[in-house]
Amino acid sequence: MRRIVWLLFCREWRLAWRRPGDLLNPLVFFAIVISLFPLAVGPEPGMLRTMAPGVIWVAALLATLLSLDGLFRSDYEDGSLEQWVLSPHPLALMVLVKVLHHWLICGLAMVVLAPLFGLMLALPASVLPVLCLSLLLGTPVLSLLGAVGAALTVGLKGGGVLLALLILPLYIPVLILGTGAIDASLQGMPVTGYALWLGCLAVLSLSLAPIAIAAGLRIGVSE
Amino acid sequence: MNWSFFHKLGSPKWFFEISGRWLPWFAVASALLLLVGAVWGLVFAPQDYQQGNSFRIIYIHVPAAFVAQSCYIMLAVAGVVGLVWRMKLADVALKCAAPIGAWMTFVALVTGAIWGKPTWGTYWVWDARLTSMLILLFLYFGIIALGQAISNRETSAKATAVLAIVGVINIPIIKYSVEWWNTLHQPATFKITEKPAMPVEMWLPLLLMVLGFYALFAVSLLMRMRVEVLQREGRTRWAREALEKMS
Repeated sequence: MRRIVWLLFCREWRLAWRRPGDLLNPLVFFAIVISLFPLAVGPEPGMLRTMAPGVIWVAALLATLLSLDGLFRSDYEDGSLEQWVLSPHPLALMVLVKVLHHWLICGLAMVVLAPLFGLMLALPASVLPVLCLSLLLGTPVLSLLGAVGAALTVGLKGGGVLLALLILPLYIPVLILGTGAIDASLQGMPVTGYALWLGCLAVLSLSLAPIAIAAGLRIGVSE
Repeated sequence: MNWSFFHKLGSPKWFFEISGRWLPWFAVASALLLLVGAVWGLVFAPQDYQQGNSFRIIYIHVPAAFVAQSCYIMLAVAGVVGLVWRMKLADVALKCAAPIGAWMTFVALVTGAIWGKPTWGTYWVWDARLTSMLILLFLYFGIIALGQAISNRETSAKATAVLAIVGVINIPIIKYSVEWWNTLHQPATFKITEKPAMPVEMWLPLLLMVLGFYALFAVSLLMRMRVEVLQREGRTRWAREALEKMS
């Protein structure tokens, strides 16, 4: 079992690095969406500071969705997804490896980039650790939940908009808790409650979402 | 316990016959309940001491919200039944109930907005209840969109079933997070539905309206399901006979 996980992880890693451009696209999107806001509402630091938690989180939501759109597509098209479904190893586990790898290259990268944008949106430096923590706990939930949608829409044309329609409402708790943590920290209040809740959601989705993703893929492949 | 009833539901023909017998009863019940409840609630129930007559929209708003929420749970139950027992009727129920639930949510939202004008002074307030209803509407849209995007009937039923189950697990989380968000961002607003002890003359017609809305939901669901079953079983003998009998 451990060997399968390792092999799969190496495969994903290699596939990802063969096309480094695809790795960067969601991050560039993340950066552009965030930079649009100061242009749209004006560069006044006070206003930017109040908006920053929401802007960064919404950008993270959209960037994750955009990158998830193609998560299973190439595997579906070249038939390897079918082999996954047929293989004797539990599909949920294999899917979990794939999604976690996606989180490593997309979610974690956003966590690393976020402090930079936080500073650009006039967040005080003392808030940046909380910003990173909230994203660190929240982005795995985004990847896992989004993968359920990606699995359900795998064989469909124009799945991108549909994926957003299916999954964005489910992202709302993460958005509320993530921005809530940053807001609380901006006002000098404790963030433990938010962090624990985000951790809860992460554990919950980590344990339940792979089952739903596997079910979705079975349905998509059978078509 | 005798499960033959449950197993018989797997047969579209049996469903078509039995639903044809149920339908008039539900229709009469819903018409009576809605008529009595509406007249009682809109004409005879006493005025609210704070809101005057404007509170009477509760007789539409609350029943619609009730049905909208339980319809989503019904979708998930139908999804589980469809996925576990491979029952075709559950797929039909899932497909037919989703638009009704979306409409009920829409009615609840619109009446809530209309009610908001006299009580809050504005059509839309980001109140926890209204916001969660809005999100529920989006969840319904997702299910309807996914069902329509997949052309294969069986695949579409299974995919929507999975989505409904994932959604129903998320609904309590969404609801509580929205309520939390609301308490953080807003001073406590006037809560409509947590009124201290409604008098009997007010809540009895409300109860009738709720029951009437459920009966109405059952009627429209059964009618939609019967049409869908006939379409799907159009090639079988009993379906053609049933169609001939109707025309």
